[in-house]
Amino acid sequence: MKAASLIILSVLALILATILLKGLPALNLDMITKTPRGGFYLGKEGGILNAIVGSLYLAGGATLLSLLLSLPIVLYLNVFAGKRSYLAAFTRFSLDVLWGVPSIVYGAFGFTIMLFLGLRASLLGGMIAVTLLVLPIMSRTMDEVMRMVPAELLDASYALGATRVETAFKVMTRQTLPGILTAVLIAFGRGIGDAASVIFTAGFTDHIPGSLLQPAATLPLAIFFQLGTPFPEVQQRAYASALILTIVILFVCVTSRLLIRKSSKNIIK
Amino acid sequence: MIRRAADRLSGWFFQTLTVFSALIVFAMAAGLFLRSRPILMDQSLNRLLFSSSWHPLRGEFGFLPFIMGTLWVTGIAVAIAVPLCILTAVYLSEYAPARIRNFSSPLIDLLAGIPSVVYGIWGVLIIVPFIKDHLAPFFGVFSTGYSALAGGMVLAVMIFPVIIHVIIEVFRAIPYEVREASWALGATRWQTIKHVVLRRGLAGVIAAIVLGLSRAFGETMAVLMVAGNVARLPESVFDPAYPLPALIANHYGEMMSVPLYDSALLFSSLILLTVVLLFNILSRLILIRVSRRTR
Repeated sequence: MKAASLIILSVLALILATILLKGLPALNLDMITKTPRGGFYLGKEGGILNAIVGSLYLAGGATLLSLLLSLPIVLYLNVFAGKRSYLAAFTRFSLDVLWGVPSIVYGAFGFTIMLFLGLRASLLGGMIAVTLLVLPIMSRTMDEVMRMVPAELLDASYALGATRVETAFKVMTRQTLPGILTAVLIAFGRGIGDAASVIFTAGFTDHIPGSLLQPAATLPLAIFFQLGTPFPEVQQRAYASALILTIVILFVCVTSRLLIRKSSKNIIK
Repeated sequence: MIRRAADRLSGWFFQTLTVFSALIVFAMAAGLFLRSRPILMDQSLNRLLFSSSWHPLRGEFGFLPFIMGTLWVTGIAVAIAVPLCILTAVYLSEYAPARIRNFSSPLIDLLAGIPSVVYGIWGVLIIVPFIKDHLAPFFGVFSTGYSALAGGMVLAVMIFPVIIHVIIEVFRAIPYEVREASWALGATRWQTIKHVVLRRGLAGVIAAIVLGLSRAFGETMAVLMVAGNVARLPESVFDPAYPLPALIANHYGEMMSVPLYDSALLFSSLILLTVVLLFNILSRLILIRVSRRTR
């Protein structure tokens, strides 16, 4: 049993070591401040700024959109809906199921939405797909935190004459703020790392997108496309992207851990 | 009065959003179904699912090689992951001191957070050469390394965190008194685990495996990068496989130029969605029942 646990942990160590060993030599100032020159597949100069900025736009936008959608949803589930609400139970179940849907299906679905709206592969299309992808993750994570809030706290707020919406924003949201931030971070981490959902929807380009309707490069796709080239110089860009992506994920993991620890100190139980 | 109205209005608005979010699953299924209708009208379901002739230019769309590719890769992944995960989960929840548990749980979270392309890179750099240079020669076969086995091994690592996490949750839901009762009867720790903990948590463990299975089923990028992608029925684990998700991701560029191609690809995502939904609904229902019974 110890051996099994050790195998799993050493696989993790092996993955991180591989990425570090390959990525560190590839990382330099040019890499993160320049866009690729002469085409991302063939050009041997330049860096991955297009993918870094594209990913930040895409994941940031999708996270924001998803927050705007999921905050009302979880507030409804935890403040407005009763404990025995069928709608709440069904929504939770449906979001759980949605969580398990593979990201390529989100990509395909996003693509059908884009066909419906007449959009081409663009930042906006990618954002739609990634928003759908992270919505269940974000809302279920927030939901789990909000469920921990004792009912007495809400009762106290009602007793002071607050309405439900006031209780929702001034008591519930404030009480669970670190949890909400954690959910946002986790969703961002998932959004920035996902390739399969953006491969149809966001496209890929050498340039930094100037508007929502232009295609956008992303870090995961930068890895995928540039690892497949026969040129070592271009593969370097894939390794550097992988390292940056891994650092972002590490940051998300560590920060969300700290936030959870901090939040459990202050929350009234 | 205004506060009241604001409350009503936002209540209504929040409820509408909630209903919409609950309906996304149905919207997805409906959207994909509508888009895959042309091919379903054109060819029989039987032929689509069980023919192995894949020639889009001639209008022949047999998904069997891809379905079998998915099954091979998923099967290998589950076969590797399940024993390791059960043992690890038992160790972490029953044996390990709190220190080790607190140390390893963020690491497992990290494993869950690593993007699939990064797993893909790792597969290309480590697993594929390993199979090509060591494993395949060891069995006396030639392999490029890009094979069903490589896909399965990478996938196994990717589903570790899902399975471990759910099993640990299930074990935690089993009351401590049950174990104490078993010890009081003179059972050793291992006997207690085997006859009490595992038996009580069996449904939950199965649910965990099914969840892992469905994750493996739909995983795209990592598999796409290491599985070889040859549209043929794999005959051994060292043969390349071409799973369904990889098919979808690989052909997005040409799908608008060949008739019925886009419909075929969206049909394959519909297959994926259907299978994953079934698996997920099944395991979620089991988990809900498990948590209700132990509460």
